[in-house]
Amino acid sequence: MASSSPEKGYALLEALNLEVHYGGIAAVKGVSFAVEEGELVCLIGANGAGKTSTLKALARMIPSSGEIHYRKERLDRQPSHLLIGKGMALVPEGRGIFARLTVAENLAMGAYHRNDKDGIAADLAHVYTLLPRLKERAEQVAGTLSGGEQQMLAIGRALMGRPQLLLLDEPSMGLAPLMVEKVFEVIRAVAAEGVTIFLVEQNARLALQTCSRGYVMESGRITLADTSDKLLADPRVRAAYLGE
Amino acid sequence: MDIFLQQIINGLTTGSVYAIVALGYTMVYGVIQLINFAHGEVVMIGAMVAFTVIMAIVGAGAPLPPIVIVLAGVLAAIPVCMTVGFLLERVAYRPLRHAPRLAPLITAIGMSIILQQLALLIWGRDPRAFPQIMENTSFSLGGAAISSVQIAIILMSIALMAVLTWFVYRTKFGIAMRATAENVSVAGLMGIDANRVIAGTFIIAAGLAAVAGVMYGTYYGIAHYTMGFILGLKAFSAAVLGGIGNLAGAMLGGILLGLVEALGTGYISEFTDLCKWPVVGAEGMLMERCAADGHVVLFGSNYQDVFAFLVLIMVLVFRPSGLLGERVSERA
Repeated sequence: MASSSPEKGYALLEALNLEVHYGGIAAVKGVSFAVEEGELVCLIGANGAGKTSTLKALARMIPSSGEIHYRKERLDRQPSHLLIGKGMALVPEGRGIFARLTVAENLAMGAYHRNDKDGIAADLAHVYTLLPRLKERAEQVAGTLSGGEQQMLAIGRALMGRPQLLLLDEPSMGLAPLMVEKVFEVIRAVAAEGVTIFLVEQNARLALQTCSRGYVMESGRITLADTSDKLLADPRVRAAYLGE
Repeated sequence: MDIFLQQIINGLTTGSVYAIVALGYTMVYGVIQLINFAHGEVVMIGAMVAFTVIMAIVGAGAPLPPIVIVLAGVLAAIPVCMTVGFLLERVAYRPLRHAPRLAPLITAIGMSIILQQLALLIWGRDPRAFPQIMENTSFSLGGAAISSVQIAIILMSIALMAVLTWFVYRTKFGIAMRATAENVSVAGLMGIDANRVIAGTFIIAAGLAAVAGVMYGTYYGIAHYTMGFILGLKAFSAAVLGGIGNLAGAMLGGILLGLVEALGTGYISEFTDLCKWPVVGAEGMLMERCAADGHVVLFGSNYQDVFAFLVLIMVLVFRPSGLLGERVSERA
Protein backbone atom coordinates (compact mmCIF):
# COMPACT_ATOMS: atom_id res chain seq x y z
CA MET A 1 0.00 0.00 0.00
CA ALA A 2 2.73 2.45 0.90
CA SER A 3 5.00 3.87 -1.69
CA SER A 4 7.92 6.06 -0.77
CA SER A 5 8.07 7.63 -4.22
CA PRO A 6 4.45 8.06 -5.21
CA GLU A 7 3.54 8.26 -8.86
CA LYS A 8 1.93 11.47 -10.07
CA GLY A 9 -1.85 11.51 -10.19
CA TYR A 10 -2.08 8.39 -8.10
CA ALA A 11 -2.38 9.84 -4.62
CA LEU A 12 -5.23 11.95 -3.20
CA LEU A 13 -2.72 14.41 -1.78
CA GLU A 14 0.87 14.72 -2.82
CA ALA A 15 3.58 17.17 -1.81
CA LEU A 16 6.75 17.49 -3.88
CA ASN A 17 9.78 19.34 -2.56
CA LEU A 18 7.71 21.46 -0.21
CA GLU A 19 9.69 24.29 1.39
CA VAL A 20 8.63 26.88 3.95
CA HIS A 21 10.71 29.87 4.99
CA TYR A 22 10.12 32.34 7.79
CA GLY A 23 12.23 35.33 6.91
CA GLY A 24 15.59 33.77 6.21
CA ILE A 25 14.98 30.66 8.28
CA ALA A 26 13.95 27.45 6.56
CA ALA A 27 11.35 25.58 8.61
CA VAL A 28 10.54 22.95 5.96
CA LYS A 29 13.45 22.01 3.70
CA GLY A 30 12.03 20.21 0.70
CA VAL A 31 9.75 17.41 1.86
CA SER A 32 7.80 15.04 -0.36
CA PHE A 33 5.02 12.74 0.72
CA ALA A 34 1.74 11.31 -0.46
CA VAL A 35 -1.58 10.30 1.04
CA GLU A 36 -3.81 7.91 -0.83
CA GLU A 37 -7.60 7.84 -0.78
CA GLY A 38 -8.98 6.18 2.36
CA GLU A 39 -5.63 6.11 4.16
CA LEU A 40 -4.88 7.19 7.70
CA VAL A 41 -1.32 8.57 7.61
CA CYS A 42 0.62 10.36 10.29
CA LEU A 43 3.52 12.77 10.39
CA ILE A 44 5.44 12.54 13.64
CA GLY A 45 8.41 14.45 14.96
CA ALA A 46 9.67 16.58 17.79
CA ASN A 47 8.57 20.09 18.61
CA GLY A 48 9.93 22.50 15.98
CA ALA A 49 10.58 19.80 13.36
CA GLY A 50 8.36 21.68 10.86
CA LYS A 51 5.20 19.58 11.10
CA THR A 52 2.78 22.44 11.66
CA SER A 53 4.46 24.53 8.95
CA THR A 54 3.97 21.62 6.56
CA LEU A 55 0.24 21.45 7.34
CA LYS A 56 -0.18 25.21 7.13
CA ALA A 57 1.49 25.16 3.73
CA LEU A 58 -0.85 22.38 2.57
CA ALA A 59 -3.84 24.46 3.69
CA ARG A 60 -2.33 27.57 2.01
CA MET A 61 -2.25 29.49 5.28
CA ILE A 62 1.43 30.36 4.70
CA PRO A 63 3.42 30.77 1.48
CA SER A 64 5.63 27.90 0.38
CA SER A 65 7.54 26.68 -2.63
CA GLY A 66 7.34 23.25 -4.21
CA GLU A 67 4.27 21.50 -5.54
CA ILE A 68 1.08 20.43 -3.82
CA HIS A 69 -1.21 18.14 -5.79
CA TYR A 70 -4.72 17.28 -4.69
CA ARG A 71 -6.88 15.16 -6.95
CA LYS A 72 -4.58 16.00 -9.85
CA GLU A 73 -5.07 19.71 -9.19
CA ARG A 74 -2.24 22.06 -8.23
CA LEU A 75 -3.07 23.63 -4.87
CA ASP A 76 0.08 25.63 -4.26
CA ARG A 77 -1.25 28.78 -5.95
CA GLN A 78 -4.78 28.58 -4.57
CA PRO A 79 -6.12 30.82 -1.79
CA SER A 80 -6.92 29.11 1.50
CA HIS A 81 -10.67 29.74 1.40
CA LEU A 82 -11.20 27.66 -1.76
CA LEU A 83 -9.78 24.42 -0.33
CA ILE A 84 -12.76 23.36 1.77
CA GLY A 85 -14.93 23.49 -1.33
CA LYS A 86 -12.55 21.00 -2.93
CA GLY A 87 -12.97 18.62 0.00
CA MET A 88 -9.93 19.42 2.12
CA ALA A 89 -10.34 20.54 5.74
CA LEU A 90 -7.75 21.40 8.39
CA VAL A 91 -8.24 21.22 12.14
CA PRO A 92 -5.58 23.77 13.07
CA GLU A 93 -3.03 23.64 15.85
CA GLY A 94 -4.52 24.93 19.09
CA ARG A 95 -8.02 24.09 17.72
CA GLY A 96 -8.74 27.59 16.38
CA ILE A 97 -12.35 27.59 17.49
CA PHE A 98 -14.23 30.91 17.38
CA ALA A 99 -14.34 31.50 21.13
CA ARG A 100 -16.99 34.25 21.04
CA LEU A 101 -19.35 32.32 18.77
CA THR A 102 -21.68 29.65 20.10
CA VAL A 103 -21.00 25.98 19.47
CA ALA A 104 -23.84 25.91 16.93
CA GLU A 105 -22.45 28.98 15.15
CA ASN A 106 -18.99 27.41 15.01
CA LEU A 107 -20.50 24.33 13.39
CA ALA A 108 -22.50 26.48 10.97
CA MET A 109 -19.28 28.19 9.90
CA GLY A 110 -17.83 24.77 9.10
CA ALA A 111 -20.52 24.48 6.41
CA TYR A 112 -20.13 28.08 5.25
CA HIS A 113 -19.28 27.19 1.65
CA ARG A 114 -22.28 24.87 1.29
CA ASN A 115 -25.81 25.75 0.27
CA ASP A 116 -27.50 22.35 0.50
CA LYS A 117 -29.76 22.96 3.51
CA ASP A 118 -30.84 19.33 3.83
CA GLY A 119 -27.31 18.03 3.54
CA ILE A 120 -26.08 20.48 6.17
CA ALA A 121 -28.89 19.49 8.54
CA ALA A 122 -28.05 15.82 8.02
CA ASP A 123 -24.36 16.42 8.67
CA LEU A 124 -25.17 18.44 11.78
CA ALA A 125 -27.26 15.57 13.12
CA HIS A 126 -24.40 13.21 12.29
CA VAL A 127 -21.84 15.41 14.11
CA TYR A 128 -24.14 15.59 17.12
CA THR A 129 -24.42 11.78 17.16
CA LEU A 130 -20.65 11.40 16.89
CA LEU A 131 -19.99 14.14 19.46
CA PRO A 132 -23.02 14.29 21.77
CA ARG A 133 -21.39 16.78 24.12
CA LEU A 134 -21.61 19.40 21.37
CA LYS A 135 -25.35 18.99 21.15
CA GLU A 136 -25.72 19.54 24.90
CA ARG A 137 -23.69 22.72 24.61
CA ALA A 138 -24.97 23.94 21.24
CA GLU A 139 -26.08 27.37 22.49
CA GLN A 140 -23.06 27.88 24.75
CA VAL A 141 -20.29 30.30 23.79
CA ALA A 142 -17.42 28.13 22.55
CA GLY A 143 -14.80 29.87 24.71
CA THR A 144 -16.43 28.36 27.79
CA LEU A 145 -15.86 24.76 26.66
CA SER A 146 -13.12 22.60 28.18
CA GLY A 147 -10.00 21.92 26.13
CA GLY A 148 -11.22 18.49 25.10
CA GLU A 149 -14.64 19.79 24.14
CA GLN A 150 -13.00 22.53 22.09
CA GLN A 151 -10.97 19.90 20.22
CA MET A 152 -14.17 17.94 19.58
CA LEU A 153 -15.78 21.14 18.32
CA ALA A 154 -12.84 21.83 16.00
CA ILE A 155 -13.15 18.33 14.54
CA GLY A 156 -16.93 18.54 14.31
CA ARG A 157 -16.67 21.92 12.60
CA ALA A 158 -14.26 20.49 10.01
CA LEU A 159 -16.65 17.56 9.39
CA MET A 160 -19.47 20.04 8.68
CA GLY A 161 -17.61 20.87 5.47
CA ARG A 162 -18.04 17.21 4.48
CA PRO A 163 -14.33 16.79 3.68
CA GLN A 164 -12.78 13.90 1.79
CA LEU A 165 -9.40 14.72 3.29
CA LEU A 166 -9.01 15.81 6.89
CA LEU A 167 -5.75 17.35 8.09
CA LEU A 168 -5.34 17.27 11.86
CA ASP A 169 -2.68 19.30 13.66
CA GLU A 170 -1.75 17.96 17.12
CA PRO A 171 -5.23 16.98 18.26
CA SER A 172 -3.82 15.64 21.55
CA MET A 173 -2.11 18.89 22.50
CA GLY A 174 -2.81 20.05 26.03
CA LEU A 175 -5.40 17.37 26.76
CA ALA A 176 -5.64 14.95 29.69
CA PRO A 177 -4.84 11.30 28.75
CA LEU A 178 -8.47 10.21 29.04
CA MET A 179 -9.55 13.03 26.72
CA VAL A 180 -6.76 12.20 24.27
CA GLU A 181 -8.12 8.66 24.07
CA LYS A 182 -11.63 10.00 23.36
CA VAL A 183 -10.36 12.35 20.65
CA PHE A 184 -8.52 9.49 18.94
CA GLU A 185 -11.65 7.30 19.14
CA VAL A 186 -13.44 10.03 17.18
CA ILE A 187 -10.60 10.19 14.65
CA ARG A 188 -10.80 6.42 14.11
CA ALA A 189 -14.58 6.66 13.71
CA VAL A 190 -14.22 9.41 11.11
CA ALA A 191 -11.62 7.35 9.24
CA ALA A 192 -13.92 4.34 9.34
CA GLU A 193 -16.51 6.42 7.48
CA GLY A 194 -14.09 6.70 4.59
CA VAL A 195 -12.55 10.11 5.26
CA THR A 196 -8.85 10.18 4.39
CA ILE A 197 -6.80 11.49 7.31
CA PHE A 198 -3.38 13.09 7.49
CA LEU A 199 -2.48 13.41 11.16
CA VAL A 200 0.34 15.48 12.63
CA GLU A 201 1.25 14.40 16.16
CA GLN A 202 3.94 14.69 18.78
CA ASN A 203 2.49 11.71 20.59
CA ALA A 204 4.27 9.26 18.26
CA ARG A 205 3.12 6.02 19.88
CA LEU A 206 -0.56 6.93 19.78
CA ALA A 207 -0.27 8.29 16.25
CA LEU A 208 1.47 5.19 14.90
CA GLN A 209 -0.98 2.90 16.69
CA THR A 210 -3.84 4.78 15.03
CA CYS A 211 -2.43 5.14 11.53
CA SER A 212 -1.38 2.54 9.01
CA ARG A 213 1.61 4.46 7.78
CA GLY A 214 3.83 7.27 8.97
CA TYR A 215 6.49 9.81 8.14
CA VAL A 216 9.11 10.97 10.60
CA MET A 217 10.16 14.60 10.38
CA GLU A 218 13.39 15.99 11.82
CA SER A 219 14.53 19.61 11.53
CA GLY A 220 12.58 20.32 8.36
CA ARG A 221 13.23 17.02 6.56
CA ILE A 222 11.46 13.71 6.33
CA THR A 223 13.98 11.16 7.55
CA LEU A 224 11.88 7.99 7.70
CA ALA A 225 8.81 6.74 5.90
CA ASP A 226 7.28 3.34 6.48
CA THR A 227 4.33 1.36 7.74
CA SER A 228 3.39 2.03 11.34
CA ASP A 229 4.38 -1.50 12.43
CA LYS A 230 7.85 -1.11 11.04
CA LEU A 231 8.28 2.39 12.46
CA LEU A 232 7.13 1.18 15.88
CA ALA A 233 9.79 -1.51 15.69
CA ASP A 234 12.54 0.73 14.30
CA PRO A 235 15.26 1.25 16.91
CA ARG A 236 15.79 4.90 15.89
CA VAL A 237 12.09 5.68 16.32
CA ARG A 238 11.99 3.74 19.59
CA ALA A 239 14.94 5.70 20.96
CA ALA A 240 13.93 9.14 19.76
CA TYR A 241 10.12 9.16 19.97
CA LEU A 242 8.88 6.25 22.04
CA GLY A 243 11.17 6.81 25.00
CA GLU A 244 12.61 3.33 25.04
CA MET B 1 -39.01 74.40 31.07
CA ASP B 2 -37.26 71.53 32.69
CA ILE B 3 -33.62 71.88 31.57
CA PHE B 4 -32.64 68.43 32.76
CA LEU B 5 -35.36 66.57 30.87
CA GLN B 6 -34.89 68.79 27.83
CA GLN B 7 -31.19 68.04 27.69
CA ILE B 8 -31.87 64.31 28.10
CA ILE B 9 -34.13 64.47 25.03
CA ASN B 10 -31.57 66.47 23.06
CA GLY B 11 -28.79 64.14 24.18
CA LEU B 12 -30.73 61.05 23.16
CA THR B 13 -31.20 62.56 19.71
CA THR B 14 -27.58 63.45 19.02
CA GLY B 15 -26.49 60.30 20.89
CA SER B 16 -28.53 58.17 18.49
CA VAL B 17 -26.71 59.71 15.55
CA TYR B 18 -23.33 59.23 17.28
CA ALA B 19 -24.26 55.59 17.93
CA ILE B 20 -25.03 54.90 14.27
CA VAL B 21 -21.75 56.51 13.18
CA ALA B 22 -19.81 54.79 15.99
CA LEU B 23 -21.12 51.42 14.76
CA GLY B 24 -19.29 52.05 11.50
CA TYR B 25 -16.01 52.70 13.28
CA THR B 26 -16.37 49.71 15.56
CA MET B 27 -17.42 47.22 12.84
CA VAL B 28 -14.46 48.08 10.64
CA TYR B 29 -12.11 48.00 13.61
CA GLY B 30 -13.50 44.65 14.69
CA VAL B 31 -12.76 43.05 11.35
CA ILE B 32 -9.41 44.61 10.34
CA GLN B 33 -8.25 46.56 13.44
CA LEU B 34 -8.22 49.79 11.45
CA ILE B 35 -9.57 53.14 12.65
CA ASN B 36 -11.19 54.34 9.45
CA PHE B 37 -10.76 58.06 10.02
CA ALA B 38 -12.45 58.77 6.68
CA HIS B 39 -15.75 57.41 8.08
CA GLY B 40 -16.88 60.86 9.22
CA GLU B 41 -16.47 62.07 5.65
CA VAL B 42 -18.75 59.28 4.42
CA VAL B 43 -21.38 60.67 6.81
CA MET B 44 -20.84 64.13 5.34
CA ILE B 45 -21.19 62.81 1.79
CA GLY B 46 -24.46 61.16 2.83
CA ALA B 47 -25.78 64.47 4.09
CA MET B 48 -24.60 66.34 0.99
CA VAL B 49 -26.07 63.86 -1.50
CA ALA B 50 -29.38 63.78 0.34
CA PHE B 51 -29.37 67.56 0.49
CA THR B 52 -28.79 67.81 -3.27
CA VAL B 53 -31.57 65.36 -4.07
CA ILE B 54 -34.01 67.00 -1.66
CA MET B 55 -33.26 70.45 -3.09
CA ALA B 56 -33.71 69.16 -6.63
CA ILE B 57 -37.11 67.68 -5.82
CA VAL B 58 -38.20 70.79 -3.92
CA GLY B 59 -36.88 73.00 -6.71
CA ALA B 60 -38.79 71.03 -9.34
CA GLY B 61 -41.91 71.72 -7.28
CA ALA B 62 -42.99 68.11 -7.25
CA PRO B 63 -46.12 67.82 -5.14
CA LEU B 64 -44.80 65.06 -2.92
CA PRO B 65 -45.36 64.68 0.80
CA PRO B 66 -42.28 65.87 2.78
CA ILE B 67 -41.57 62.43 4.20
CA VAL B 68 -41.30 60.99 0.69
CA ILE B 69 -38.86 63.75 -0.31
CA VAL B 70 -36.62 63.06 2.69
CA LEU B 71 -36.85 59.33 2.03
CA ALA B 72 -35.78 59.90 -1.57
CA GLY B 73 -32.76 61.78 -0.22
CA VAL B 74 -31.88 58.89 2.08
CA LEU B 75 -32.33 56.31 -0.67
CA ALA B 76 -30.02 58.30 -2.95
CA ALA B 77 -27.40 58.80 -0.23
CA ILE B 78 -27.17 55.12 0.77
CA PRO B 79 -25.86 53.68 -2.53
CA VAL B 80 -23.51 56.63 -3.06
CA CYS B 81 -22.00 56.21 0.42
CA MET B 82 -21.82 52.43 0.00
CA THR B 83 -19.85 52.93 -3.20
CA VAL B 84 -17.51 55.39 -1.45
CA GLY B 85 -17.02 52.93 1.43
CA PHE B 86 -16.34 50.05 -0.95
CA LEU B 87 -13.83 52.09 -2.97
CA LEU B 88 -12.10 53.33 0.19
CA GLU B 89 -11.38 49.77 1.22
CA ARG B 90 -10.54 48.52 -2.25
CA VAL B 91 -8.28 51.40 -3.31
CA ALA B 92 -6.78 52.74 -0.09
CA TYR B 93 -6.78 50.05 2.58
CA ARG B 94 -6.59 46.66 0.87
CA PRO B 95 -3.13 47.25 -0.67
CA LEU B 96 -1.92 48.00 2.87
CA ARG B 97 -3.57 45.00 4.54
CA HIS B 98 -0.24 43.47 5.55
CA ALA B 99 1.66 46.73 6.01
CA PRO B 100 2.64 47.98 9.49
CA ARG B 101 -0.43 49.33 11.26
CA LEU B 102 0.70 52.94 11.09
CA ALA B 103 0.53 52.93 7.26
CA PRO B 104 -3.24 52.31 6.90
CA LEU B 105 -3.91 54.69 9.78
CA ILE B 106 -2.10 57.55 8.06
CA THR B 107 -3.78 56.57 4.78
CA ALA B 108 -7.14 56.84 6.53
CA ILE B 109 -6.35 60.40 7.60
CA GLY B 110 -5.24 61.12 4.04
CA MET B 111 -8.48 59.70 2.61
CA SER B 112 -10.42 61.86 5.05
CA ILE B 113 -8.71 64.98 3.69
CA ILE B 114 -9.17 63.86 0.07
CA LEU B 115 -12.90 63.23 0.54
CA GLN B 116 -13.31 66.59 2.25
CA GLN B 117 -11.58 68.38 -0.61
CA LEU B 118 -13.66 66.49 -3.18
CA ALA B 119 -16.79 67.58 -1.34
CA LEU B 120 -15.48 71.15 -1.36
CA LEU B 121 -15.07 70.97 -5.15
CA ILE B 122 -18.52 69.49 -5.68
CA TRP B 123 -20.63 71.41 -3.17
CA GLY B 124 -18.58 74.51 -2.46
CA ARG B 125 -17.44 76.00 0.81
CA ASP B 126 -20.68 77.62 1.96
CA PRO B 127 -22.85 75.78 4.46
CA ARG B 128 -26.00 74.48 2.80
CA ALA B 129 -29.23 74.96 4.67
CA PHE B 130 -31.39 71.84 4.68
CA PRO B 131 -34.82 72.99 3.53
CA GLN B 132 -37.36 72.92 6.31
CA ILE B 133 -39.85 70.84 4.41
CA MET B 134 -40.89 68.70 7.32
CA GLU B 135 -43.34 70.35 9.60
CA ASN B 136 -41.42 70.29 12.84
CA THR B 137 -44.20 69.83 15.35
CA SER B 138 -43.23 70.00 18.99
CA PHE B 139 -44.84 67.88 21.63
CA SER B 140 -44.62 68.71 25.29
CA LEU B 141 -43.32 65.98 27.50
CA GLY B 142 -43.23 66.53 31.25
CA GLY B 143 -42.11 70.13 31.06
CA ALA B 144 -39.80 69.64 28.07
CA ALA B 145 -40.33 69.71 24.33
CA ILE B 146 -39.65 66.94 21.87
CA SER B 147 -39.93 67.63 18.16
CA SER B 148 -41.16 65.28 15.48
CA VAL B 149 -37.68 65.32 13.92
CA GLN B 150 -36.19 64.21 17.23
CA ILE B 151 -38.74 61.41 17.51
CA ALA B 152 -38.00 60.33 13.94
CA ILE B 153 -34.22 60.30 14.54
CA ILE B 154 -34.48 58.29 17.76
CA LEU B 155 -36.92 55.76 16.26
CA MET B 156 -34.90 55.42 13.07
CA SER B 157 -31.72 54.79 15.06
CA ILE B 158 -33.37 52.16 17.21
CA ALA B 159 -34.64 50.44 14.06
CA LEU B 160 -31.19 50.51 12.44
CA MET B 161 -29.53 49.11 15.56
CA ALA B 162 -32.11 46.33 15.77
CA VAL B 163 -31.67 45.39 12.10
CA LEU B 164 -27.88 45.47 12.38
CA THR B 165 -27.91 43.31 15.51
CA TRP B 166 -30.19 40.82 13.79
CA PHE B 167 -27.93 40.81 10.74
CA VAL B 168 -24.70 40.28 12.67
CA TYR B 169 -26.06 37.61 15.01
CA ARG B 170 -28.62 35.79 12.88
CA THR B 171 -27.46 35.74 9.27
CA LYS B 172 -24.75 33.59 7.78
CA PHE B 173 -22.80 36.61 6.54
CA GLY B 174 -23.08 38.27 9.95
CA ILE B 175 -21.74 35.19 11.74
CA ALA B 176 -18.94 35.02 9.16
CA MET B 177 -18.13 38.66 9.97
CA ARG B 178 -17.77 37.80 13.64
CA ALA B 179 -15.72 34.71 12.83
CA THR B 180 -13.40 36.77 10.61
CA ALA B 181 -13.09 39.40 13.33
CA GLU B 182 -11.96 36.71 15.73
CA ASN B 183 -9.53 34.76 13.55
CA VAL B 184 -9.13 35.63 9.91
CA SER B 185 -6.93 32.66 8.93
CA VAL B 186 -9.19 30.05 10.54
CA ALA B 187 -12.18 31.78 8.94
CA GLY B 188 -10.37 31.19 5.65
CA LEU B 189 -10.22 27.47 6.42
CA MET B 190 -14.02 27.53 6.70
CA GLY B 191 -14.19 28.82 3.14
CA ILE B 192 -14.87 32.40 4.23
CA ASP B 193 -13.30 34.84 1.78
CA ALA B 194 -11.85 37.55 4.03
CA ASN B 195 -11.85 40.08 1.19
CA ARG B 196 -15.59 39.69 0.71
CA VAL B 197 -16.30 39.98 4.42
CA ILE B 198 -14.12 43.07 4.77
CA ALA B 199 -15.68 44.72 1.70
CA GLY B 200 -19.14 43.86 3.04
CA THR B 201 -18.29 45.40 6.40
CA PHE B 202 -17.21 48.67 4.78
CA ILE B 203 -20.39 48.74 2.67
CA ILE B 204 -22.67 48.19 5.67
CA ALA B 205 -20.79 50.79 7.73
CA ALA B 206 -21.11 53.30 4.88
CA GLY B 207 -24.83 52.59 4.50
CA LEU B 208 -25.33 53.39 8.19
CA ALA B 209 -23.20 56.52 7.76
CA ALA B 210 -25.47 57.71 4.93
CA VAL B 211 -28.55 57.54 7.13
CA ALA B 212 -26.67 59.18 10.00
CA GLY B 213 -25.64 62.02 7.70
CA VAL B 214 -29.23 62.71 6.69
CA MET B 215 -30.38 62.56 10.32
CA TYR B 216 -27.64 64.95 11.42
CA GLY B 217 -28.28 67.36 8.55
CA THR B 218 -32.02 67.34 9.15
CA TYR B 219 -31.58 67.88 12.88
CA TYR B 220 -29.23 70.85 12.65
CA GLY B 221 -30.75 72.05 9.38
CA ILE B 222 -27.32 72.45 7.84
CA ALA B 223 -24.72 70.53 5.82
CA HIS B 224 -21.13 71.54 5.22
CA TYR B 225 -18.10 69.85 3.70
CA THR B 226 -16.26 69.90 7.05
CA MET B 227 -19.18 68.58 9.12
CA GLY B 228 -17.85 65.02 9.05
CA PHE B 229 -14.64 65.85 10.84
CA ILE B 230 -15.84 66.72 14.34
CA LEU B 231 -18.81 64.35 14.03
CA GLY B 232 -16.44 61.55 13.08
CA LEU B 233 -14.11 62.28 15.98
CA LYS B 234 -17.02 62.32 18.41
CA ALA B 235 -18.39 59.05 17.09
CA PHE B 236 -14.91 57.56 17.31
CA SER B 237 -14.78 58.73 20.94
CA ALA B 238 -18.15 57.07 21.47
CA ALA B 239 -16.85 53.81 20.00
CA VAL B 240 -13.80 53.93 22.28
CA LEU B 241 -16.04 54.75 25.26
CA GLY B 242 -18.14 51.66 24.61
CA GLY B 243 -15.12 49.48 23.81
CA ILE B 244 -13.93 49.57 20.22
CA GLY B 245 -14.78 46.43 18.27
CA ASN B 246 -17.89 45.86 20.37
CA LEU B 247 -21.28 46.54 18.68
CA ALA B 248 -23.32 46.97 21.86
CA GLY B 249 -20.49 49.18 23.15
CA ALA B 250 -20.76 51.52 20.17
CA MET B 251 -24.51 51.89 20.70
CA LEU B 252 -24.10 52.49 24.44
CA GLY B 253 -21.10 54.77 23.93
CA GLY B 254 -22.94 56.89 21.37
CA ILE B 255 -26.01 57.40 23.55
CA LEU B 256 -23.91 58.12 26.64
CA LEU B 257 -21.72 60.58 24.79
CA GLY B 258 -24.79 62.39 23.47
CA LEU B 259 -26.20 62.63 26.99
CA VAL B 260 -22.91 63.80 28.54
CA GLU B 261 -22.56 66.43 25.85
CA ALA B 262 -26.14 67.68 26.15
CA LEU B 263 -26.13 67.79 29.94
CA GLY B 264 -22.67 69.34 30.00
CA THR B 265 -23.74 72.01 27.54
CA GLY B 266 -26.97 72.58 29.43
CA TYR B 267 -25.34 73.10 32.78
CA ILE B 268 -21.86 74.44 32.05
CA SER B 269 -22.91 78.11 32.14
CA GLU B 270 -24.73 77.56 35.40
CA PHE B 271 -21.77 75.79 36.97
CA THR B 272 -19.23 78.30 35.81
CA ASP B 273 -21.29 81.32 36.78
CA LEU B 274 -18.88 83.16 39.06
CA CYS B 275 -21.75 84.96 40.81
CA LYS B 276 -22.75 81.66 42.40
CA TRP B 277 -19.30 80.89 43.78
CA PRO B 278 -17.33 82.61 46.48
CA VAL B 279 -14.37 84.00 44.53
CA VAL B 280 -11.53 85.16 46.73
CA GLY B 281 -9.65 88.32 45.75
CA ALA B 282 -11.98 89.90 43.24
CA GLU B 283 -15.15 90.22 45.32
CA GLY B 284 -15.64 93.93 44.77
CA MET B 285 -15.39 93.91 41.00
CA LEU B 286 -17.34 90.71 40.66
CA MET B 287 -20.18 91.90 42.87
CA GLU B 288 -20.53 94.98 40.74
CA ARG B 289 -20.84 92.98 37.57
CA CYS B 290 -23.12 90.42 39.16
CA ALA B 291 -25.33 93.22 40.34
CA ALA B 292 -25.37 94.67 36.84
CA ASP B 293 -25.69 91.51 34.66
CA GLY B 294 -26.96 88.91 37.09
CA HIS B 295 -24.32 86.41 35.97
CA VAL B 296 -20.68 86.25 34.98
CA VAL B 297 -20.19 83.05 33.02
CA LEU B 298 -16.74 81.59 32.55
CA PHE B 299 -17.62 78.88 29.99
CA GLY B 300 -20.73 79.01 27.82
CA SER B 301 -22.52 76.47 25.67
CA ASN B 302 -20.02 77.17 22.86
CA TYR B 303 -17.80 74.74 24.76
CA GLN B 304 -20.13 71.95 23.62
CA ASP B 305 -17.46 70.09 21.64
CA VAL B 306 -15.14 69.84 24.64
CA PHE B 307 -17.18 67.22 26.45
CA ALA B 308 -16.77 64.44 23.91
CA PHE B 309 -13.01 64.76 24.03
CA LEU B 310 -12.94 65.06 27.82
CA VAL B 311 -14.80 61.75 27.86
CA LEU B 312 -12.30 60.27 25.37
CA ILE B 313 -9.35 61.34 27.52
CA MET B 314 -10.97 60.00 30.71
CA VAL B 315 -11.69 56.65 29.05
CA LEU B 316 -8.14 56.35 27.72
CA VAL B 317 -6.75 57.14 31.18
CA PHE B 318 -9.07 55.09 33.38
CA ARG B 319 -10.49 52.34 31.20
CA PRO B 320 -8.69 52.05 27.84
CA SER B 321 -10.68 48.96 26.90
CA GLY B 322 -13.95 50.92 27.14
CA LEU B 323 -17.14 50.13 29.05
CA LEU B 324 -17.95 46.82 27.34
CA GLY B 325 -14.61 46.01 25.74
CA GLU B 326 -12.36 43.16 26.69
CA ARG B 327 -8.82 43.73 27.83
CA VAL B 328 -6.74 44.55 24.77
CA SER B 329 -4.27 41.76 25.48
CA GLU B 330 -7.03 39.22 24.91
CA ARG B 331 -7.75 40.45 21.41
CA ALA B 332 -6.21 38.44 18.63
